[in-house]
Amino acid sequence: MTINPDQLIKFSPMHRLQWEDAQQKDVILYPEGMVELNQSSAEILKLCDGTRKLAQIVSDLEEKFSTSGLTNDIIAFLEVALKNGWIQQH
Amino acid sequence: MAGSNNIKITPPRWLLAELTYACPLQCPYCSNPIDYANYQSELDTEDWKRVLTQARKMGAVQLGFSGGEPLTRKDLVELVKHARDLGYYSNLITSGYGLTEEKIIQLKEAGLDHIQVSIQASTQELNDHIAGTTSFQTKKEVAHLVKKHGYPMVLCVVIHRENIHQMPEILAMAEELGADYLELANTQYYGWAHVNRDLLLPTKEQFEHAEATAQAFKEKVAGKMKIYYVVPDLYEDRPKACMNGWGTTFLTIAPDGVALPCHSARDLPGLDCPNVKDYSIEQIWNDSKAFNFFRGFEWMQEPCKSCDEKEKDFGGCRCQAYLLTGDMTNTDPVCSKSPKHGVIQEAIDSAKASTESTNEKPLIFRNSKNSKILSKTE
Repeated sequence: MTINPDQLIKFSPMHRLQWEDAQQKDVILYPEGMVELNQSSAEILKLCDGTRKLAQIVSDLEEKFSTSGLTNDIIAFLEVALKNGWIQQH
Repeated sequence: MAGSNNIKITPPRWLLAELTYACPLQCPYCSNPIDYANYQSELDTEDWKRVLTQARKMGAVQLGFSGGEPLTRKDLVELVKHARDLGYYSNLITSGYGLTEEKIIQLKEAGLDHIQVSIQASTQELNDHIAGTTSFQTKKEVAHLVKKHGYPMVLCVVIHRENIHQMPEILAMAEELGADYLELANTQYYGWAHVNRDLLLPTKEQFEHAEATAQAFKEKVAGKMKIYYVVPDLYEDRPKACMNGWGTTFLTIAPDGVALPCHSARDLPGLDCPNVKDYSIEQIWNDSKAFNFFRGFEWMQEPCKSCDEKEKDFGGCRCQAYLLTGDMTNTDPVCSKSPKHGVIQEAIDSAKASTESTNEKPLIFRNSKNSKILSKTE
């Protein structure tokens, strides 16, 4: 599964992304399961709100963290997220 | 106290709220205790709210509303609302019996995250026989309604000798109903399933055939439907890492308020499982005898004690060790290193002999009458 750069990316309505105080981590919750996220994964997913395409997610994160060259890492993570059903593209 | 030796205690992540033992179904593999009919009292709404609040504060995040049939509780919507306000991810584990569209909408508005509907078989005749109740059509309708109202739909089918031959039809039914997740749960032989094991345990050939069918289907539906496959541990040679380790992750509260490290622990002797009416969840989780009993590795006997796999499987399941060897500190006899491993083959042989017997005894269905009879003869 690959990310289509021309389509918006949206977090799946079948999952919930939330901050867990007890774990000091963002987590993805779904039926009978939970995935703990590291900070960079959580930052990417928070931008998958259905208003952005790939290029904008990359530029927003590069700006936020004052860096460049994030494209490949972000694509790699988003492909994992798509495969796991955490995000959708329509 | 066993296990109280400086073990780092991790907070609970999973809370299973068994709201009631009342159930309109009579499945002969029910995981409720055999003597459930002796526990008539149920926690009230305020007790449950306090339990949810306290467990959430410690870090519990996945919440299962179970039973019995949780829909028989009049305060279910109120409890779901409370759970949502606390930030739980709430799972309703139901037979679907009595779940109207109106109730599905109310639960959605209250913040329920997902509904798991159990179906007993792929045909009405067998479903209704196993459930002991005419329920097949209702369950299929409920599955459609769950989808219609935007919940992730989890279909759960418990697999045993009476329905294992229907595996292809069960998979087709899950696809037709649009399940997002399919749980294929090979029966675990505790509680009622232990009593009925000779009649429920399939042969190894049946298991392998069904598993291959399910595996091929899993690849076919990858990306559309997730399959949870609960392995038949009697045919494994290493035990399951039961409960992810005792008192590390899972907390079950029984209908009467007894706190259990696993939902079958009620059957273990001498644990003195505490009640939420007497103690806070924090006291229960951190300080009680029951929750500390099998924490860490000090309680183990050989061959577990010196085994290099003990941190992987924690010696397996305490309830299985107790049910099959009579000593809950023994190695789970599923393990081929266990000196009692022979009891597993005896169980398999006994089940096989029962299929060949001309006067097969009938299944004992899970209902109050049978519960009372069985708890007297125990």
